[in-house]
Amino acid sequence: MTNYKYILNRLTLIMITLFAVTVSASIAQDSTKAAGGNSAGIEEGKQLFTSKCQACHSGDMKSNSIGPALGGIEAQWDDKGKLHEWIRNNIALTASGYPKAVEVSKLTPVVMTPFEDLTDAQIDNILAYIDAKFTGKLDQPAPAAGAAKPATSESQNNWIFAIVTLVLALIAITLMFVNRRLKRLANDVEGIPTVEPLPFFRNKVYLATIGIILFTVSGYYFSKAMINMNRQIHYEPLQPIFYSHKVHAGINQINCLYCHGNAWESKTAAIPSVNVCMNCHKTIQKYNGEQLTDASGAMVDGTAEIQKLFKYAGFDPQNPNNWDESKAKPIEWVKIHNLPDHVYFNHSQHVRVGNVQCQTCHGEVTAMNEVTQFAELSMGWCVNCHRQTAVNFNKDAGSGNQFYSIYEKFHNDIKSGKMDSVTVKDIGGIECQKCHY
Amino acid sequence: MSQKKYWQGFGQLNDPESFNKKNRNEFQEDLPFGDFESQELLDTKSPRRDFLKYLGFSTAAATMAASCKTKVRHAIPFAIRPDNVVPGEAKFYATTYIQDGYAVPVLAKVREGRPIKIEGNDLSYTKGGTSAAVQASVLDLYDTHRLRFPQIKKGDKFEESTFEDIDKAIMAELASAGNVVLLSGTINSPSTLEIISKYPNLKHVQYDPVSYSGILQANEASGFGRKLPSYKFDAADVIVSLGADFLGTWLDPIGQAAGYAKGRRIDEASPKISKHYQFESYLSMTGSNADERFTHRPSQTGAVALALLAAVGGGATAPDIADAKLKAGIEKVATELKAASGKGLVVCGSNDANIQTVVNAINNAIGAYGATIDFAAANNSRKGIDKEFADLIAQMEGGQVGAILIYGANPAYDYFDAPKFAKALKGVKTSVSFGYRLDETTELCKYIIPSHHFLESWGDAEPKAGVVSFMQPTIHPLFKTRSFQSSLLKWSGSDKNYDAYFKEYWQGKLGGESAYSKALQNGFVETTAGGGGSYSGGALSAAATAIAGYPAGGKDELVLYQKIAIGSGSGATNPWLQELPDTVTKSNWGNCALISMKKAEELGIKLDIDYEYYPDKPVIKVQSGNNSIELPILVMPGMNANTIAIAVGYGRGDKLGRTAAGVGKNVFPFASLSGDTISYEAINVTVTDAKRKEKVAQTQIHNSYEDRVEVLRETTLAYFKKNPNEVKEWRQELVNKYAKKTGDFRKEGTLYGVHDQPGLKWGMNIDMNVCNGCNACVVACHAENNVPVVGKAEVLRYHDMHWLRIDRYFISDEKNPDDVKGVVFMPMMCQHCDNAPCENVCPVAATTHSEEGINQMAYNRCIGTRYCANNCPYKVRRFNWADYTGADSFPNNQNQKVVGKLDPVVHQMNDPVSRMVLNPDVTVRSRGVMEKCSFCIQRTQHAKLQAKKENRPLRDGEAKTACQQACPTDAIVFGNLHDNESHINKVRFDNPQRLFYSLEQLHVLPNVSYLAKIRNTEEMPGGTEHSEHGG
Repeated sequence: MTNYKYILNRLTLIMITLFAVTVSASIAQDSTKAAGGNSAGIEEGKQLFTSKCQACHSGDMKSNSIGPALGGIEAQWDDKGKLHEWIRNNIALTASGYPKAVEVSKLTPVVMTPFEDLTDAQIDNILAYIDAKFTGKLDQPAPAAGAAKPATSESQNNWIFAIVTLVLALIAITLMFVNRRLKRLANDVEGIPTVEPLPFFRNKVYLATIGIILFTVSGYYFSKAMINMNRQIHYEPLQPIFYSHKVHAGINQINCLYCHGNAWESKTAAIPSVNVCMNCHKTIQKYNGEQLTDASGAMVDGTAEIQKLFKYAGFDPQNPNNWDESKAKPIEWVKIHNLPDHVYFNHSQHVRVGNVQCQTCHGEVTAMNEVTQFAELSMGWCVNCHRQTAVNFNKDAGSGNQFYSIYEKFHNDIKSGKMDSVTVKDIGGIECQKCHY
Repeated sequence: MSQKKYWQGFGQLNDPESFNKKNRNEFQEDLPFGDFESQELLDTKSPRRDFLKYLGFSTAAATMAASCKTKVRHAIPFAIRPDNVVPGEAKFYATTYIQDGYAVPVLAKVREGRPIKIEGNDLSYTKGGTSAAVQASVLDLYDTHRLRFPQIKKGDKFEESTFEDIDKAIMAELASAGNVVLLSGTINSPSTLEIISKYPNLKHVQYDPVSYSGILQANEASGFGRKLPSYKFDAADVIVSLGADFLGTWLDPIGQAAGYAKGRRIDEASPKISKHYQFESYLSMTGSNADERFTHRPSQTGAVALALLAAVGGGATAPDIADAKLKAGIEKVATELKAASGKGLVVCGSNDANIQTVVNAINNAIGAYGATIDFAAANNSRKGIDKEFADLIAQMEGGQVGAILIYGANPAYDYFDAPKFAKALKGVKTSVSFGYRLDETTELCKYIIPSHHFLESWGDAEPKAGVVSFMQPTIHPLFKTRSFQSSLLKWSGSDKNYDAYFKEYWQGKLGGESAYSKALQNGFVETTAGGGGSYSGGALSAAATAIAGYPAGGKDELVLYQKIAIGSGSGATNPWLQELPDTVTKSNWGNCALISMKKAEELGIKLDIDYEYYPDKPVIKVQSGNNSIELPILVMPGMNANTIAIAVGYGRGDKLGRTAAGVGKNVFPFASLSGDTISYEAINVTVTDAKRKEKVAQTQIHNSYEDRVEVLRETTLAYFKKNPNEVKEWRQELVNKYAKKTGDFRKEGTLYGVHDQPGLKWGMNIDMNVCNGCNACVVACHAENNVPVVGKAEVLRYHDMHWLRIDRYFISDEKNPDDVKGVVFMPMMCQHCDNAPCENVCPVAATTHSEEGINQMAYNRCIGTRYCANNCPYKVRRFNWADYTGADSFPNNQNQKVVGKLDPVVHQMNDPVSRMVLNPDVTVRSRGVMEKCSFCIQRTQHAKLQAKKENRPLRDGEAKTACQQACPTDAIVFGNLHDNESHINKVRFDNPQRLFYSLEQLHVLPNVSYLAKIRNTEEMPGGTEHSEHGG
């Protein structure tokens, strides 16, 4: 009667495979819709606008920012050639006394940056994009909804996976019992006597196995928790002002060092003081970008957040020219990246000398509204990077840092092919007293 | 020939066997376990269980303390960031240290608006030299006991006031006061002197706590005007000091030490150094550096000067000098002075105008004027005339003074007859103090308008004629204080404050804004000073007659001296200075009576191991007239047999703060007015045994070399000339012995591997011939590296924390230890051995070697086994026995029973105001970890980073250690040994005959080298080190 067993085993296998296939088919995603067909020119114009213009000109083309609203600009300029000239070098055009240029130059106190490298075709593309955006010809692709969608479907997927796993596990257990029952029946039929098994809670093998597993698992998690004590990866505290790095560094592409220029010179990157914020926010008094949401998904009013800044700065938006800097009060930000006191870390060593990108340690800040701690900031994390990162040793290529010219042995080894690169570790970068003193 | 002997203390000298036995333990006091067991709570006989209980509890407690809740930390940026401030980077501002008229151009290192360190100004005439007091002055800024607001005395109590109210009250009183007197310390600020001279009807009296009136008056009598000259020690071949501590406390110690060091530097190709003779009554710091010393009674100073004058042919009758050795010494010195023809210099520390007149005559006879003494660049640091001050007291007593304004003077403490002054001051109707702290004089005044610290104020000083040094504020005033000049301006009806006045004054003098800015940036301007006067001997005969009539001393005599750290008392409130071991006695936290070995014998004090080893020292009572004092003794070799020496500056008022309170005793009352000047000697005192003991904190015997003798090398010039290669040969012997095959001592002589050093390799060299033991480096290290202050109680338990100490060795004949032939000062810090014994024994690899040759210490990794300290042959590792810094998570660690109660000064150093002085680039260590010299790693790292940022190789001299920067004599050289052009390599290459490594035979391969000390005598003793060779 071996047939029984064979059939049973096969049955189980088939059932499991069947379920798995069904489930994965059911949760397969619909392919995303293709974006609306826009002409390549407007697309290029959009890119140029984002990288060059948007820092000062509002993206909706309707409201004033540091620079005036750009909607309908082509209609305002009689001579298209002059408009191109204006965009390339507005200072020269104003100086030449062209009346429209003089008129425009008086619109804002800030002088527009010249863009002399733009070609006529590029400018036309930008103007085309501005026009399309202003007149509403361009269907908004609604990036906010697009960004939210994959997130929700991902979490749905997780749920489905969990349920399926549970169901499969139940089926597997049921089948196991069925299998055992059938085996016993089969044995009965064949007349083989069955020993009544011990209940599992009195079975010493089971208990020992469970004990060892529990000990190992809990020990693993306990020691991991102890090691991670006081580490704050993913720490995302509430800040006194909802300051979005995504809006500033992401959408508006402000260079990190514009505000955190200290990182270039000193050990601390330093949070910018109020006067740095006010360099732009004297003119940018409203938030016109896409709707902001905080970590919990609640709506945030960008303009109200800018008003908070004004309050700290003692700035009256109605009377922008009479701002008294000395009335400004510092903002008590919550510090996110904390190193223990016995660690010496120097930003300029990494950013300026080591050419390390800010994102390497801080993550995609350009995509974060409120900043969250991206890296573990543990010693292992530091040391791993020091082990792998090559130092700028290209002495002969002329691009290497001249400081390292003293490492003659390494230079010779590179020349003779013994070494292909010198890592931070090779020059003592994982010694205790490089960071602890 | 008798055998030369080096010794650190009497225990080692007289009973070397038990000395070594006692020193066998790394930490010399008994570990606190006995104490632990005897406590009631722990009497139960179940130590193992208790141990487990404590272990469990402390683990759980540590877990909870560390993990319960992570603190929310805030980052608060500037509201408006000033253009020139880069958070995290230090700025240096040129300014001027000033104390009691002594001005030194310095740079203040400012981090985030806080001055945290003083460095010398390399551009100025000091060439970057500083002193211990200069280095420590930054801590005074953050003194928790500063006066914080203007106060008016109502009844017996001071009440807080405002500047408006106090100005109103004072101006009303001044208007009707009649005679107004300004009593100040020496003022050499040109702008301030102008304000004072323009103030209507103001009489200005200057007063120095330790007077130079005698020299000023003698110089006036000798035709130079009432001036102090600049002494050019670098131009002198023969230097004779009659009791002047010119390297430590006398006049301009920084400038003089630098000049002196120039003459002491040896060129090995043609060895020649200046010769320094010292005549004195006790063993001073300057005396310890002398080539030959002669001792005499304090009352004999005049006779010695006269005898010297007679011997150089200056036309005086030599008095009778009984001491044959002294007499022969004077003859010898005179012959050499004459032979030096114009290259001799005699200085005298006495405040007696007659004696100084005789010294002027000697200097004239040997042609020193114009050659080694320069009156054109007159020294402006002391101007007080004792008679003027005595007259002022008389006027105050007579009711002729309506109002007195007191600035920078504290006669209620440091005048010999302080009660008389205090009484007279109480009789003056209006008294205003511009005091910095509630000192003894300020306490007696009616009004207090506290002054700024020099780091908070604008100002100027003219330390020498022709050199003006500027002060600029480096921090906003911490408290409600005001510059004294602003008060004078206000009361004289000016609408300007001193800041505006100062700017206008100097813009006018220097000719405009840009010259003014440049002067502030450099910190000083130099102009040519003219004039000087010429010598006239008119006053000599009267002076000589007067000296001949001086009374002879009694059985015992007392001399008062100043310690480098405490000075006349200005350092008493500074924890760093109180903790600083005195150069010669190695004692800190208090003053002692220094007595000679003969006196000790007379008093029945046995100089055995117990005397040396235990801090309890016998107390003696010293009595002179109505004054008597009881102080513990310290026996010093090389003292005059009947002289007792006691340091001034201690025994301060209890309102000055937790540091000065109860430390030492005030001996200023033993001074007296003799003629017109104050004498800091008492020539007839009685000494009796007080039959009790007091604890004296000393640091010398805390570290023992286990009788290893090749720690230091020293010899005489004559011997060196004859055997120039002795040190070199000894080093060669080591190579022959341990590296037979390859001749490479470094590689062959070891079991261990050799560290790869592919890039930089740091090394240091110390020239012991120019190190004079001034201790500036010790305080600089303290400030730079956040070294904790531990207080007297902990020093008594051998827990002192200095990373850098200066070992003192006496050199004498084995048979006659009292005849000190010389004293060697050896700065000792971590030697950064390339084959470090400490690294091998650390169970957790908390101390390791770096690729740059630095022996690294990772505090956060250290678990406190102290094996490393035990295995260190140099004894330079320091263990945090208690929570000295407040860095622990458990506040109770500062006052546990087991570690003992910490002194109040430790808590003062942990005050948030005091903590502002901490260097933010250096970790503050917690309890239970080892620490030691790091070669100022934060400075080397900073210099490297600067070079990398500027994309260039590191320049030689760019990375300086704190000790090196502070040194007034450039004894310390530091740099990259892999750079063939570096100064450090040149020094080592140019001095092969004197170069040595301490304990080189241990093959620990130190990265600190020394240059042997050469004394300029004709003696031919055994050799450069004492026992291995001569036997």
